[in-house]
Amino acid sequence: MAQPSEQQVWDWLDAVPDPEIPVISVVDLGIVRDVAWEGETLTVTVTPTYSGCPATSIISMDIETALRERGIRDIRIKTRISPAWTTDWLSDKGKMKLEEYGIAPPRPAGGPERCPRCGSKAVEKVSQFGSTPCKAHWRCTDCLEPFDYFKCI
Amino acid sequence: MTRDDAFLQFLLRMGDNTLVLGHRVSEWCGHAPVLEEDIALANTALDLIGQTQMWLALAGEVQGDGKSADDLAFLRDAWDFRNALLVEVPNGDFGRTLMRQFLFDSWHKLMLERLKGSSDERVAAIAEKAVKEVTYHVERSRDTVIGLGDGTEESHARMQEALDYLWPYVGELFAGDAVDAEMVAADIAPDPASLRADYDAILAEVMAEATLSIPKSGFAHKGGRDGRMHTEHLGHLLTSMQWLQRAYPGARW
Repeated sequence: MAQPSEQQVWDWLDAVPDPEIPVISVVDLGIVRDVAWEGETLTVTVTPTYSGCPATSIISMDIETALRERGIRDIRIKTRISPAWTTDWLSDKGKMKLEEYGIAPPRPAGGPERCPRCGSKAVEKVSQFGSTPCKAHWRCTDCLEPFDYFKCI
Repeated sequence: MTRDDAFLQFLLRMGDNTLVLGHRVSEWCGHAPVLEEDIALANTALDLIGQTQMWLALAGEVQGDGKSADDLAFLRDAWDFRNALLVEVPNGDFGRTLMRQFLFDSWHKLMLERLKGSSDERVAAIAEKAVKEVTYHVERSRDTVIGLGDGTEESHARMQEALDYLWPYVGELFAGDAVDAEMVAADIAPDPASLRADYDAILAEVMAEATLSIPKSGFAHKGGRDGRMHTEHLGHLLTSMQWLQRAYPGARW
């Protein structure tokens, strides 16, 4: 088969869901840093979110599986830790999908703008740590629902 | 001691600190006083273990014997560990665990900030990554120390007791030796003593807010960073942490 273009590979990867937050893709999450052909080998460079995040190895496996299904045989997943992953790399599409899913997207101000369920701005932090390393636990004092906030890093 | 020998020792010190503390903190999983604290402790432990993977992987690379981070974590005995004694002492109650966390986090953040400028770009990259996580750790441990210190009569008494108990373990974090001198000469890591003034300033501010008194004694237990003499607690911790690889060598899942 003809070698797929790098843009084509990016598009395929944009369909690979994050294992913990399946509404966003690994591309939305900003952890795919580079896609490059080196001869017959496709190198995908991945930057992990949190150093101990158990999803990281699953993500590498999911990327490899997705590309194999597209017929690419020779795949190398390269881990790059510097520059360190930052929530600034989340795509705008990803941020929007997070909020629709019920997770408040990260903001430089350090807290959610509003409750992702009812939209109220009356929110308070419960704990800086939440259901996964990348999230904090907040609650809305109007609708009283707890929610996750994707914390800035 | 060659530069590579010193570099290996330095990396083991960083990785063993995060490994042993990560394991200690993980012992709380399912036992914390409230669910949110349980989750916070587990997340902190996870970050520390993740950082360990980076430090010990690099240590294995520098050592050059083909050892992985897992080999170093699970197949060394107590005398080969290079963590500071502070991180191996048992958790005690929740207050003591969080006091230890704050005493460690404050040092850890200062250290990582300096390591971001390391002449070794692998060290700088790990520090750049880890400091982001540690910033969250220290924010929480600081708030908890203040909340419990300036809390009820009982929580205040327990936090003061925790500080008195742990204080003699703080000095080791800043006691430099030949390994550190070699790291300073190579511009890889700072002299630990040079972090002390900033550390003391942070502690003075936080303990004042927590209404806790910092003990006057300058006595410091030593022997962890250089492996000369660990406490008896480390061996017990390792029997639990390493038992699977010891009982079933090479087991994978």
